[in-house]
Amino acid sequence: MAPPADARLQLETARLTALYGRRAAVKDVSILFPTHTVTALIGPSGCGKTTFLRCLNRMHELSEGGWITGKVLLHGEDIYDPGIDAVQLRRRIGMVFQRPTPFPTMSIYDNVAAGLRVNGRRPRAEMDAAVESALRRAALWDEVKDRLRHSALALSGGQQQRLCVARALAPEPEVLLLDEPTASLDPAGTQHIEELCHELKTRYTIVIVTHNLQQAARISDYTAFFYLGDLVELGRTEELFTKPTKEQTEAYITGRFG
Amino acid sequence: MSVRRLRRRIVSGTMTALVAVLSFVAVLALVLILGYLVAKGASSLDWSFFVKNPVPAGQAGGGVANAIVGTVIIVGLAALIGLPIGIGTGLYLAEYGSGSLGWTVRFVADVLNGTPSIVVGIFAWTWLVKPMGHFSALAGSVALAVLMVPMLARTTEEMVRLVPHSLREAALALGYPRWRTSLRVVARTALAGILTGCLVGVARIAGETAPLLFTALGNLNFSTSVTQPMQTLSLQIFTYGTGPFDEWHRLAWAAALVLMGLVLVLALAARRALRSRHGAAR
Repeated sequence: MAPPADARLQLETARLTALYGRRAAVKDVSILFPTHTVTALIGPSGCGKTTFLRCLNRMHELSEGGWITGKVLLHGEDIYDPGIDAVQLRRRIGMVFQRPTPFPTMSIYDNVAAGLRVNGRRPRAEMDAAVESALRRAALWDEVKDRLRHSALALSGGQQQRLCVARALAPEPEVLLLDEPTASLDPAGTQHIEELCHELKTRYTIVIVTHNLQQAARISDYTAFFYLGDLVELGRTEELFTKPTKEQTEAYITGRFG
Repeated sequence: MSVRRLRRRIVSGTMTALVAVLSFVAVLALVLILGYLVAKGASSLDWSFFVKNPVPAGQAGGGVANAIVGTVIIVGLAALIGLPIGIGTGLYLAEYGSGSLGWTVRFVADVLNGTPSIVVGIFAWTWLVKPMGHFSALAGSVALAVLMVPMLARTTEEMVRLVPHSLREAALALGYPRWRTSLRVVARTALAGILTGCLVGVARIAGETAPLLFTALGNLNFSTSVTQPMQTLSLQIFTYGTGPFDEWHRLAWAAALVLMGLVLVLALAARRALRSRHGAAR
């Protein structure tokens, strides 16, 4: 179970720079993500927000030439410490991608169970309960409970994306990373995911990358504006959107560039 | 304006007719071969053809049971040796083969793919038949496996590369170790394609003759011992087809029909397997 909501800092980056070869895509970014909040990362395409997100669960280092300097601290512990196993770490930090990525050869049930199975065998009943609970949290249970054995590809795009959320939630991660999770969804699917964010933040710390400013305003507590790899401004969402302190931020959120 | 339209129509019509004729010629070859085989061989296909062994030259009757069983054994053994190596190599190339070792393996596979099968036969003769002191089915299987491996490796690689990168990332983000991502998610997703490659590969070696001449040699008697010479359908066709007796020619046509049928069945199975992949969305 997740710890009770408090302001204890769970995840933070300290002077994080992410590079592809010699080119820095994220420069010297320090952000605190308070527990049980939603932080939105906004900015024009190519500003480094997705790269930054991928540093938080060490996916960036899997990209061609990807490496970092600086620190990412989870509960005060640097996840890039040589003693930390990246594979184990990713089980504590869930991620949902831009496009739904259900495993095509697996059933709905097996998709959700995938992240649990990789952590070792457990009794059937326990597995069933965990799968049901994850699907309920992703608001998908009622739609799929009668066809758990069917292929995951039979679901609609929006359902597939919620299935991916359920898959990420099943191993009980502490942090949930969402990389433009509604980019390929229709308005109804988008609304579903946004409502999910509201409910999920009572249990998880959420970081979401989005191109949709209204979405960031609707669902996040904090917003970080990135531009050309720099963190331009970070603040409480309502403040950043109503009275930004930097000119660049104001220009972006009022649609003058980006 | 209308002249231009007419011109377009004529060019379009001519081109369509041309490609239609060309594809007809391509299909015609298969139809002619099959038709001729059926005409020449079907009448000899009776029960005894499948269950009886050859009788001494000049006598009527007899069958090719030894060659059918021999084909199954030699091709089966070749598949047993070749499939794991070929698929493993393909997986390696697709998942880890971006470095210079991968490049080398890929290059060797391509060269080996283009190597005439008779050369592979000589190689097997030198390295297996000669040291062992006699011809054997095993040597034949090894020769066929060598022919099969590069083909399988490249098809497997292609099929695995077709799996979207996003799936791989999804598995890794879920805390899958790399090897488990490769096997459980990537290879599993490409399975239908890999299976198709296997069937095509088996079909391809089932009719090979040249490498077997130096290795399995052929055997007029029924034998299931892999350390001894063994008959296959392709060798039977070669022996009987070039022999002096009408009875032999008759059996050779029938054997050719059976072999062709076998390849056809494998090809159909391969198509089915590939379709089931697209049908996975049911």
